[in-house]
Amino acid sequence: MARGKYDIRRYPGFLPMTVLCLTLLYAPLIVVTIYSFNDSSSITNWEGMSTRWYVDVFVGVESDKFKSAAWNSFTIAMIAATVSTTIATLAATGMIRAGRFRLRTLSFGLISLPLMVPEIVTAVATLIFFNSIGFVRGYTTILLAHIAFCIPFAYMPIAARMQGIEDSYEQAALDLYASKFQAFTRILLPLMAPGIISGFLLAFIISLDDFIITNFVKGAGVETLPTAIFGSVKQGIKPNIMAISTMLLAISIVMVTISYLVSKSDNTK
Amino acid sequence: MEKSAPDTATIAVDVRDAVKRYGDFTALKRISLSIRDNEFFTLLGPSGCGKTTLLRMIAGFEDVTEGEIFLFGDEIDTLPPNKRPVNTVFQNYALFPHMTVTDNVGFGLEMLGRTKAEARRRAGEMLELVRLSQFAGRKPAQLSGGQQQRVALARALAPQPKVLLLDEPLSALDLKLRQTMRYELKELQRETGITFIFVTHDQEEALTMSDRVAVMSSGELQQLGEAREIYETPHNVFVADFIGETNLLEVSVDQIAQGRATCHLGGGHELTCDAVEGIGVGAHVHLSVRPERLFLSEAPTEAESLPGRVRDNIFVGTDIQTIVDLNEGPRMTVRTSNSARGARRVFEAGSAVYVNMEQGAARLLVD
Repeated sequence: MARGKYDIRRYPGFLPMTVLCLTLLYAPLIVVTIYSFNDSSSITNWEGMSTRWYVDVFVGVESDKFKSAAWNSFTIAMIAATVSTTIATLAATGMIRAGRFRLRTLSFGLISLPLMVPEIVTAVATLIFFNSIGFVRGYTTILLAHIAFCIPFAYMPIAARMQGIEDSYEQAALDLYASKFQAFTRILLPLMAPGIISGFLLAFIISLDDFIITNFVKGAGVETLPTAIFGSVKQGIKPNIMAISTMLLAISIVMVTISYLVSKSDNTK
Repeated sequence: MEKSAPDTATIAVDVRDAVKRYGDFTALKRISLSIRDNEFFTLLGPSGCGKTTLLRMIAGFEDVTEGEIFLFGDEIDTLPPNKRPVNTVFQNYALFPHMTVTDNVGFGLEMLGRTKAEARRRAGEMLELVRLSQFAGRKPAQLSGGQQQRVALARALAPQPKVLLLDEPLSALDLKLRQTMRYELKELQRETGITFIFVTHDQEEALTMSDRVAVMSSGELQQLGEAREIYETPHNVFVADFIGETNLLEVSVDQIAQGRATCHLGGGHELTCDAVEGIGVGAHVHLSVRPERLFLSEAPTEAESLPGRVRDNIFVGTDIQTIVDLNEGPRMTVRTSNSARGARRVFEAGSAVYVNMEQGAARLLVD
């Protein structure tokens, strides 16, 4: 840790700048969290502490809609993250362990390009693609679209991790009579594990959170949590939306914490 | 450890006409050499000479473009690394960072299908051999460089390979540790009776540890022999220059009679030395003479004496290095042992001296 003369905290304006940034980032989240406990049908007037909107989410008039949307979101995120992480792991192994091959730079570009393409373009393209092959829109189209766009997100942390693993570990394993498969499962995979877990969590969150692409490729009647919330908000914001948002926030915090703990628990120490 | 009777006649590794090409670049130009069972064999050469390539070909990490490699009579050059009964100590050790020291050392046996219990027991023995038993439960990152080095050795020795390959294993250690490890490696080789093939660019390492040394340069074998033989009777200019320090003088051969060659060098100096096959009258070649086989005197002696003037004295601990400019001729370095100071006096800079060569010290070399 750099301390003393070049400590960034000594720069003029450091503290106000920090406070300003943190406020801008977190004030809206804090407001939503606090008002989710408001005992009022209005979203702006505070009328005392209550958990009625949380109860409303689970038993209220919209509860069935939200429950089925949440279940869709969860299963899609789970499957999409698992499949895309598997594909990304194999892609990273191939890209980084195959040595220099022609079109390697192109391959890398192709994998990472979706990160830079505006999401609306991907959404329109995916919709046109499903229409042109006559795929009926519904749960499956959402799932396929999510698997596809989650791959680059899962790939990045896995590839970054893999780049730091020297070839010599696998060579040492082969030298010590391991088969290629054993070298992969016993040596490479455990060393890649933190990257794979990060990739999975990232893909999971990205899928859970996606609105634009989902909204394009979903069929009538099939909702994920973001599209259900959006649909609900169109008829005016009710406090139950804030309760759902707060719960999503809590899930995110848990995921980020897990991700942090995983990166901390380095299996080499 | 079970130990077969040392049998110098048995060939452990036989490399026959091995060629390695990467596209247009030829890394190894048709190398043939036989490494005996139970010997400490060193591949020595500057970086890029092909020594590591040859080692990796024996280990199985590089394909052989042409030629064959035999291990105790069996051709192994087409086998994958995990089918060759040889193990490697890597330059950066390549210890598996997520496994404990014991699991690292036992890994090879486990992969050979032994039980976990047996692998652990054997790992324990090996760790005792390298005196690291108290670190058995640690991860490699919690060990010092020298300890990691010994774990790497134990891991490679645990499956009892027929040949142990060592790829510059000491280069990452500091000088003091490197010197200790040289001795330990040599001891370990004697105790285990396993053939060691050691790759290094450090000629001192090669001379101190090896039974035999193969000197390589630009993909070719320059000379193969015992350490002393290579030092004292180098075959060519490269070997003489690369191994130890030497005075390399350009000479012309004037006359050859009764096995002695009379040569002259710059400044009109003349001397005679043993004639060498392949170097005839009129040849312009190099003459090598080790600095420690020269001595200084005030007047010419019975030996080959060349007049000159002392330019400088450099104190290098055990020796004094005297730089002498031969009259109108080349510069030479003379080493005088400090313990001999009483017998052989030190001449101050500027004094006129004679540089004398011990019997048989000067060698004519082909380029």
